[in-house]
This record gives sequence, C-alpha cells and structure tokens, in this order.
Amino acid sequence: MIVAERKPFQEIKDMLKDAKKVLTVGCGTCVAVCLAGGSKEVGVLNAELKIARKLEGKPIELGAATVERQCDREFLAELDGVIDRYDAVVSMACGVGIQFLAERYPQIPVFPGVNTTFMGANQDVGWYEERCRGCGTCFLGITGGICPVTMCAKGLQNGPCGGTNNGSCEINQDQPCAWQAIYERLAKQGRLASIMAICPPTDWRNQIPRTIVQPGYAKRKQLLAK
Amino acid sequence: MTESNLKKILDAGHFAFTGELGPPRGANVAAIMEKAKFLVGNVDSVNITDNQTAMVRMSSWGASLIAMQAGLEPNYQMVCRDRNRLAMQADILGAWAHGIRNMLCLSGDHQQFGDHPQSKGVFDIDSMQLIGMVRKMRDEGKFLSGGDIDDSPKMFIGAAANPFAEPFDWRVHRLAKKIQAGADFVQTQCIFNMDKMRRWVQQANDMGLTEKVYILAGVTPMKSLGMARYMKLKVPGMDVPDDIIDRIKGVDKKKQADEGIRIACEQIQEFKEMKGVAGVHLMAIEWEHRVPEIAERAKVLPRPKV
Repeated sequence: MIVAERKPFQEIKDMLKDAKKVLTVGCGTCVAVCLAGGSKEVGVLNAELKIARKLEGKPIELGAATVERQCDREFLAELDGVIDRYDAVVSMACGVGIQFLAERYPQIPVFPGVNTTFMGANQDVGWYEERCRGCGTCFLGITGGICPVTMCAKGLQNGPCGGTNNGSCEINQDQPCAWQAIYERLAKQGRLASIMAICPPTDWRNQIPRTIVQPGYAKRKQLLAK
Repeated sequence: MTESNLKKILDAGHFAFTGELGPPRGANVAAIMEKAKFLVGNVDSVNITDNQTAMVRMSSWGASLIAMQAGLEPNYQMVCRDRNRLAMQADILGAWAHGIRNMLCLSGDHQQFGDHPQSKGVFDIDSMQLIGMVRKMRDEGKFLSGGDIDDSPKMFIGAAANPFAEPFDWRVHRLAKKIQAGADFVQTQCIFNMDKMRRWVQQANDMGLTEKVYILAGVTPMKSLGMARYMKLKVPGMDVPDDIIDRIKGVDKKKQADEGIRIACEQIQEFKEMKGVAGVHLMAIEWEHRVPEIAERAKVLPRPKV
C-alpha cells in the first residue's frame, strides 16, 4: 500500500490561515490502513483545527468527508455539489489522491494534509516499512525477491559495497544490509549464479510521468480521448 | 600520448607503491602543493579522493591537475554518489584530455555521513557498472549509450575491494565481477587483519584472478591508540583485530606513531613476498609528511623508472 504520515499541525494550520470554510477529505484505502488519512484522522485534524482557530479568535467552519478512494473518479464524484460550499479543501489522501481531487475541482484551493512517504508493507499496527520504489524495471527475480533499489541505501545492483557492518547497512546499525540478505537467501536456494553475472546499468523508467494502458484497452482510451 | 606510469611499473613486474592525497576543503592550491611535496618521488601514483566521506572538497579532477603540476601522477577517483552517467562520461573525457591516465571507480560513502546529509544521492550506476563504462569507452570507443566517441579516453582502470566486510565468502566473487567488468588493478580497503587478507588472496589465487588483475594491498599506519580504536569501532567495513590495538597500547604514548609505522612496514614486507599481491597502496590519512619516512623504512625506495 501507499504509506503516508500526517503533516505537522502547524504546517496545516499555516496553509489554512486565510480559509474560513474548510472541507477535510479523507481517503478510505491505503492512508486509512496506515492510520494517516482515514475518517478517524479527518476527525482528529478537524478537532485540532477547531480548537486552535477558536483560541486565535478566528473561528473556522469545518466539514468532513471520507471517500473510498480519492484516486478514482467514481468515488470522487460523491463530493460534487458538496465541495462548492467551502473555500478550501484539505486532502488527507496520498499525493495521487490530492492531485486527482484538485484536478476535479480546479476552482478550489486543495492543500495536502499528509506527506506521502512510500510504498510499503504492514509489519504491525502502526508500523510500516518501504519495499518498492516503482523503478519500472523489476529485477526481484535476480535478487532473490529482495529489492536493492529500495533496500540498499545506495541502490546498488552489484552489491554489497564495502561498508556492510556485520550484516547491517553502513548508514544505520538497525537497517539490515540488503545485499547480505540477498546473498544469504540465494545461497540457501543454491542460486548464487544469478548474482555472479554483472547486472548492467538500469534503464531508469521513472524519470518522466508514466502512463500505462493495459493490453486490450488501447481502443477504449482512444474513444475516451475523443 | 603519455602512458600511465602505474601501468608501466606493474606491467614491468615491479612492486608498485601508491599514495593518497585528499583535496582541501576549499580552493587552497598551496595545501595540495604542500602535501604533494612529500609524495613526489616516493610513490608511483597518487589517489586523489572524490568528496571523500561525502564532505565537499575540491573536485578530484581539479586537484588531480594541480597534483600533476607538482610532479605527481594522479589516480583520479570517481564515486557514483554525486553524478549521473552523463556527467561521469563528460568528466572522464575532460580528465583524459588533461593528461589523467588512471581512474579508481567507487560507489562512494553514503551522503548521510557527510556535510550535506539532505542531498539527493545519484547512484545512477554503481561502481561495477562504472568500471564497465570506462572500459567500454576505452576498448570500444563508445559511450554507454553506444554512440561513437571522437578520440576515446584510454584509462588504466582501478577498482576497490574490501576483503573484510561480510559476507566474506562472497568478496572474492565480487572481485571476479569487477575484473570481468574491466578492472585492471584493485586497491583494497585498509588491511589490519592479515589473516583474513591472506585467505582472501589465496582464494583469488585459486580462482586465477591474480593473473588477470594487479592487487595493491591497502596499508594505513596507525598514528595513535585513539585512531586505532576509532578505526575499529566507528569506520564501517573496517576490521581491526585486538592484537593491533594491544601493540599500539603496549608502547609509550610518544612512541605510538612509531609503532604504527613499524606495523605498516611489517605488513608491506609480507606483501612484497605474498603471491598474488602486486604492490601496496599507502593511505597515510592526513599524514602525507610521514610518507618519505614510511617509504624509506619499508624499503620501497628508490621508485623504479620505467
């Protein structure tokens, strides 16, 4: 899932300093699961804003709505006719949802309520770890299912570097060395040959905005464009 | 076209002796000249570090040119942390055009260690791929993209190896990969654990690797007990056995530096006789003024002329 963390309250409050009627929009998918931007977090943020603005003598009118997915037009449509009553929106979705919301309602300022952080896994409640950078050239098949682009601090494709420290990364004792883990897993599987060959320079495919049209949908896209 | 002195020394079968010079944290030419004067005539080539420990310093190629004016042959270090493949290839062309003949291809310390921890690390390619790129430029006359180079650089290509970092059994295979990528010579991490070094060289001999690459053993004299302890505990990938610490600790504080040099000279003596080792790379960190004494005591002078 996409993992986010809520922005510091002061930063959100500063973004809204000129707004009098604000709608806070949560997202019911990834950011709800990682406890950053679901309906509960929308309620908490609104409560904080209400108290802070009241103390400043600048009361604020707040609305709350949480849609299933802000990255999907079908769900965003629920806000049509509601959003016009506000002079600003805080989106607590990931960066994708925030942009999709802002794109649908270009006349209203949309502010981010979270910092979108990474694509990660759920280790435990409230504990998430990054696992993918979306490089667009997955080579997990070579590296024993451990991504060095994400898990190696230098993103090495022919590691490990000389800084491995008893199985830890040189940047942090608590961060396991990705290449040590790759080596150990492949050794156990009898597949070390897979990293004996030199991995050639990556064809970085995440340097421009990307679009994917799945096979069989190209015609549909052409029709929609018309 | 002048040829690399280091290459000529090694090809002739002489025991190579290389040094290191860290560029200044500023545009201080005199500082480079001051360090250089202790190295001229005492080493075959000098590594010019590239933003070492991720601290901003004068560029490696810039300092290399000044080192050349001082009468040194630079071994131009390049790390993958600070530039992408376009900038790297451009700098390699410029370095060659200015007479730089050796390169050491490195990943680079992570930027988090340095004075700009907020910076974006590039790591467009890794050290293995950098070696391959320099070789392609030299042997095929092509850029990484496949485009033709108008007068290609013919660098003598160096790589680094750390025989002490885990996993130990993989290290010799990584050396093999660097040779396959195109490394002509290898300089190792500072060696303190001689036992482990012997085993690594033995593995390299057994795999026939030392017939394909020149291995220069990395030697760093300990200046003090404090330095020895720091290297042991704080520097990633460094393996300092207790017997080294005990030897430094065992002498009077004023004699610790002397003991450090004594240990270094004993190591160099062993490397001269070790099958598979073609030379020593002396990393006298911020201790350039002691290099003449170390070279003298290690009996590597005078340096051969080839």
